[in-house]
Amino acid sequence: MQLIIDMADDIITLGHGSGGRLMHDLIAEHLAPEFGIKELNDSALIELSSSGIALTTDSYVVEPIFFPGGDIGSLSINGTINDLAMVGAEAIALTVGFIIEEGFRVLDLKKILSSMRRASNEAGVYVVAGDTKVVERGKVDRIFINTSGVGIRKDGIGITGSGAMPGDKIIISGSIGNHGIAVISERNSIEFNPPVISDTRPLNRLVRDMLGFTKEIHAMRDPTRGGLATTLKEIALSSGVGILVEEELIPIESAVRGASEMLGYDPLYLANEGILVAFVSADVAEGLLSVMRKNPYAVDASIIGEVIPEEKGRVLLKTSIGGTRVLEMLLGEQLPRIC
Amino acid sequence: MKDRAKRLSALIKEASYSIGRELRLMEVCGTHTVEIFRAGIRGLLPSNIKLLSGPGCPVCVTAEEDIERAILLARHPDIVLCTFGDMMRVPGYDSSLLVERAKGADIRIVISPLECLKIATEMPDRKVVFFATGFETTSPTIAATLIEAKRQKLGNFFIYSVHKLVPPALRALLEGHGNNIDGLILPGHVSAIIGIKPYGFIPEEFLVPSVITGFGGIDILQAIYMLLRQIKDNAPRVENQYISIVREEGNPKALGLLREVFKPCDAQWRGIGEIPLSGLRLNERYKDFDITNQLEIEITKRKRHTGCRCGDVMKALIVPTECPLFGNACTPTHPIGACMVSTEGSCAAYYRYGR
Repeated sequence: MQLIIDMADDIITLGHGSGGRLMHDLIAEHLAPEFGIKELNDSALIELSSSGIALTTDSYVVEPIFFPGGDIGSLSINGTINDLAMVGAEAIALTVGFIIEEGFRVLDLKKILSSMRRASNEAGVYVVAGDTKVVERGKVDRIFINTSGVGIRKDGIGITGSGAMPGDKIIISGSIGNHGIAVISERNSIEFNPPVISDTRPLNRLVRDMLGFTKEIHAMRDPTRGGLATTLKEIALSSGVGILVEEELIPIESAVRGASEMLGYDPLYLANEGILVAFVSADVAEGLLSVMRKNPYAVDASIIGEVIPEEKGRVLLKTSIGGTRVLEMLLGEQLPRIC
Repeated sequence: MKDRAKRLSALIKEASYSIGRELRLMEVCGTHTVEIFRAGIRGLLPSNIKLLSGPGCPVCVTAEEDIERAILLARHPDIVLCTFGDMMRVPGYDSSLLVERAKGADIRIVISPLECLKIATEMPDRKVVFFATGFETTSPTIAATLIEAKRQKLGNFFIYSVHKLVPPALRALLEGHGNNIDGLILPGHVSAIIGIKPYGFIPEEFLVPSVITGFGGIDILQAIYMLLRQIKDNAPRVENQYISIVREEGNPKALGLLREVFKPCDAQWRGIGEIPLSGLRLNERYKDFDITNQLEIEITKRKRHTGCRCGDVMKALIVPTECPLFGNACTPTHPIGACMVSTEGSCAAYYRYGR
């Protein structure tokens, strides 16, 4: 029995989530092939060595689901790979769960699936297990995605947010605010010229290069929701140290700067999906920077500041006119949900 | 830029030393309040210069009764209330537009008032009411929207205007007692619309120095230096630091739009009270677009006394940290007064940046 007659009008119905034939066909024809899954079992069987693992999960409810530079699919794959990379683990497998609203267009689902496939291929990390549910109209907003990931920690490496030490240099791998502005502009139908594109991308290869060069990475995180300022504050608190960064050293695209000014956002609090901050020993900082800049995702890598022994738990920003500003975490502001 | 800042800082220190006393300078505009924190300006000034925040945030000065009326309008089943995002969390008597929306009122956030015309066209059986807030920077766009609505002969678009004017508020401020303002950092974008003349009364009647100021850190430092020079020379006047944007005559086209659609009226400023001829309401030609001419909006509730001192903050009688609610009962996530709600309110700025 042919499931699809005319793709353009096809929608997901509750029947597709019921566990029966429709669902079986949906998975066999659309989902499993995108993830390269040959056999459908209750669990995926994978081989692990015994050097310690890392495990992570995330749910994606971003609105809008398609935005310049990516979509909810690529976001979910890259986001989970990055969460594993930030602790220094090599991602080896992902799972994905879809919760789809009745009436969602199959064409849109296919777009998201191919985007996920492309993201997987790029990172060399694959989805091995998945689940799909369909719910009544209005119960979810179009589509929600949950992903989880497991990674291997080679040589017992486990980077956290609490290892930063006074004297450490702080390196950022790229410019800030791109994802935030991309999603905000899509959500509000504002076009910027040149357009601002989300930086969603997998950082696993970059982190592999970094760890190949030095083990002296004391703390690392990717500044997603809440932005760079929130991430720096989290690490300052976790590690019990003070942080001093310089506004002029933080890379930011002029399009993002202009868009932020126009819309009234502070780029330090905008979401990012493809950059990391690393706290490293001062003596390896320059060398690491050169290594990072060879990676296409870190050509703008820069040292933006350092960890100081005073001001424990506080983040200070030297402004472009030489003043000082204290950075706090993002406080319940009305930034739209963007990742 | 750091060098220019250093030089200006040195010039300011020198001038303030030769004046020799405490100097209280007020920045009127919320965007200036935020920029002063953002750029870290206070740290570059000598200790005898105190920067105080004024009533320049149109969100913060919207009266509770006006929020209450907006809430009553939103609760009407026929009405779609459209508003700028910053108004959503402003506390009324015991609710806010955000809470009302969660309870089911049809409230839409718009970036431009023109979006309301689209909604009105798409929903001909509903009344689309725009909660019109803002100073002279914003009101011309609402005027343009109304002119367009008239052109389209839209019969279901209305506004509830709480627009306000800056110069009357400055007059009320200077006539008040106890705040002893030595100089005014005047708003940049309001001035781009109204020009320089409307501020003439400030040096003439009150002998207070003032400078129309741009929005970067260097602009603000320059303006502070210009104020100190006026104080030192005992020559108060209205100077224009924001020459790239502000012209002597302002923006005649925008002013023309305002005159076409609005007329001045008395207005209630939150925390301050009534200021004569400080608001805008629709004139005879546009009265059909005024929702208050279509509906009775009767407030039956009484104001709560919360201990909020936003009014005193906005009049520069106290700084936010002196309000007993600051940081305890009143925080950005649980705001009691409007100064804490708006991202450009003094209390929110102090909370975010000043700790």
